[in-house]
Amino acid sequence: MLRSRLIQAASSAQRAFSTSQKALAAKQMTVRDALNSALDDELARDDRVFILGEEVAQYDGAYKISRGLWKKYGDKRVIDTPITEMGFAGIAVGAAMAGLRPVCEFMTWNFSMQAIDHIINSAAKTFYMSAGAVNVPIVFRGPNGAASGVAAQHSQCFAAWYAHCPGLKVISPYDSEDARGLLKAAIRDPDPVVFLENELVYGTAFPVADNVADKDFVVPIGKAKIMRPGKDITLVAHSKAVETSLLAAAELAKKGIEAEVINLRSIRPLDTATIFASVRKTHHLVTVENGWPQHGVGAEICARIMEDQTFFELDAPVWRCAGVDVPMPYAKTLEAHALPRVQDVVDATLKVLGGKVGKAVAAAK
Amino acid sequence: MFRTLSRVSELPIIVKQLQKHNNNRRIYNNNIGNGRYSSSFFGLFQNAAQAGASKSNNYATEATISVNRPFKLHRLDEGPATEVKLTKDEALKYYTQMQTIRRLETAAGNLYKEKIIRGFCHLYSGQEACAVGMKAAMRDVDNIISAYRVHGWTYLMGVSPSGVLAELTGVQGGCARGKGGSMHMYAPNFYGGNGIVGAQVPLGAGVGLACKYKGNGGMCLALYGDGAANQGQVFEAYNMAYLWKLPVIFVCENNNYGMGTSSERASCNTDYYTRGDALPGIWVDGMDVLAVRSATEFAINYVNTHGPLVLETNTYRYSGHSMSDPGTSYRTREEIQEVRQKRDPITSFKELCIELGLITTDEVKAIDLKVRKEVDEATAFAKSDSELGVSHLWTDVYSNNLEPKLRGIIAYDIDHIQERKGVNH
Repeated sequence: MLRSRLIQAASSAQRAFSTSQKALAAKQMTVRDALNSALDDELARDDRVFILGEEVAQYDGAYKISRGLWKKYGDKRVIDTPITEMGFAGIAVGAAMAGLRPVCEFMTWNFSMQAIDHIINSAAKTFYMSAGAVNVPIVFRGPNGAASGVAAQHSQCFAAWYAHCPGLKVISPYDSEDARGLLKAAIRDPDPVVFLENELVYGTAFPVADNVADKDFVVPIGKAKIMRPGKDITLVAHSKAVETSLLAAAELAKKGIEAEVINLRSIRPLDTATIFASVRKTHHLVTVENGWPQHGVGAEICARIMEDQTFFELDAPVWRCAGVDVPMPYAKTLEAHALPRVQDVVDATLKVLGGKVGKAVAAAK
Repeated sequence: MFRTLSRVSELPIIVKQLQKHNNNRRIYNNNIGNGRYSSSFFGLFQNAAQAGASKSNNYATEATISVNRPFKLHRLDEGPATEVKLTKDEALKYYTQMQTIRRLETAAGNLYKEKIIRGFCHLYSGQEACAVGMKAAMRDVDNIISAYRVHGWTYLMGVSPSGVLAELTGVQGGCARGKGGSMHMYAPNFYGGNGIVGAQVPLGAGVGLACKYKGNGGMCLALYGDGAANQGQVFEAYNMAYLWKLPVIFVCENNNYGMGTSSERASCNTDYYTRGDALPGIWVDGMDVLAVRSATEFAINYVNTHGPLVLETNTYRYSGHSMSDPGTSYRTREEIQEVRQKRDPITSFKELCIELGLITTDEVKAIDLKVRKEVDEATAFAKSDSELGVSHLWTDVYSNNLEPKLRGIIAYDIDHIQERKGVNH
């Protein structure tokens, strides 16, 4: 069992890839602290909010996201569960039906497969089935997507899985601002929310504006964020793939290509308005995700564009950068080749831009 | 006006004698209230039942009765009270409730056969004493969640017969406006109606957790059948509920068959009241409404002070698992008839009440007429009411919708309609 292995996740703070010169001067916050402080705020704000999951209390969280909260709020508000995903997910949903606001932690989303029935059938559908009588205000959260060196059963993105189901809201934050603002919004939301974090950035310090630390700072669910403006091509990504896209944009800039990078933040609702507006400007689109390609987030974006007038704004086909269509291998080199790297995004961009690349480079000069 | 009687709910010798006298077995169960009770059967029952009676009195207002089939206990030193009191008002109420459920299910079965009810329809006939006995013990702060044999429970939790039948026929007067159907009915303190076998058990433990969290003194009955009793999540729920001392009664309604598989063919241990391992358990005759009430009263008190227990109600369903199951390939017609004759929860309770002098035959007739009328009217309503307009297809998908547009069949061209926000908004 890899749980103990996972717990050794990087705890030292890393410096995030900076998104702008201005941000470098700003305050820094790790994603871990962003999530931890969001939980702390919401526990303090609303007596109905409580946390449950494996190792969340006495152990301070397998990834230390709930660090210090058990000591501060006690057994009632921060509850250690046995290793029994289906059972505690069901208990959490039942508690939400009966008026509480549970935050149900999966040690990783891989283990949510044991509990997916309660996420889909018990949480997502009850409001509709009851004709609007019983809403289910619950947040399921935990690390999602490829981790490092943990092989196939512990490296997978579930964004597309959960985003498939109406009744759920699905959030995939990238940086600390996203993590803090969106988790607070999710806990306050009256519907079931799937909150997909990324273990690999827990220890990363991102620059944040001063207001991010405010008690009432929330990021609206369903709105994407333009991380870097550009006019030549749009890169749409979520979670850690936003970082890959930003790095690719920096590489492309050296070639005189200005890529606009969109951080989706929410997978459902999907902020197509922001994507479409960007495409109307750039006329080119590449999607970037670490999940599998088939029926994935990128595939959905392609379909949305095809069905919209925005399709006619495209000067080239939309292209997907996605995880290789295989289970995740353990070996380091194989693993590295299983996920989109910066060069892959650059290559896809150049492919999509085709003959325009020369023109763009020329224009840049 | 107290009388003490020993209950005779199992009368094998008597019934065997009776069978010699009368080949028409049906007269002992379905012809309630029509005055055709065999005097020989009734006489035998009366003789047995009067063993402990001091005298006959047709105007009793309260009686004390011994629960005939003893409770079985697991990890408990003391069990539920075996001597129970029954007032006239209670007797009238329980009889009315059980009879209403029976009538409702008969009506539902007929509507299904008329193809007016679609899809699922799982009938509770034969199991009425379980729900009515439990409901009789429940307080205002208590909750219940069950699987999908819940038409009767929905009625007991406050939905009118027309609200139940209209939900089954999928019309807007249904308790879920026709959007839930047979398996998805809700009412205050009633969390459904769950179509996934076993999923309601941890949900019920969660409702119990909420009771404890809020400190309102309430508890939750989490009901499941002998089929669901083998689902892994049931044991997960037992474990956490016991660890955390949640006020939850895990109720296994053992009707002997999970779909078409008998309990013996599905469970290595068919003593379901012992399957909570460390959790205490009680076995109760689920065909005896007073025994179920007594067991539930005990259990409510117990779980609020000690944490969860398992309550097995031994019962029987007369119909097949669902409407597509004639219910005879895995059991014999004789078996069903034997239960109907010897253990029918309504007939036996009615006869007991008449014998005790708590209810007169005239009162029985009046109730039967009233119930029949009410269910007939509900049936007529369920047949005549209209379905929701098509716009309700996209109404109340979210309590706080954030989707700019919902997708229709060919385009994102639908504006979500918000009519309700839900009790937990």
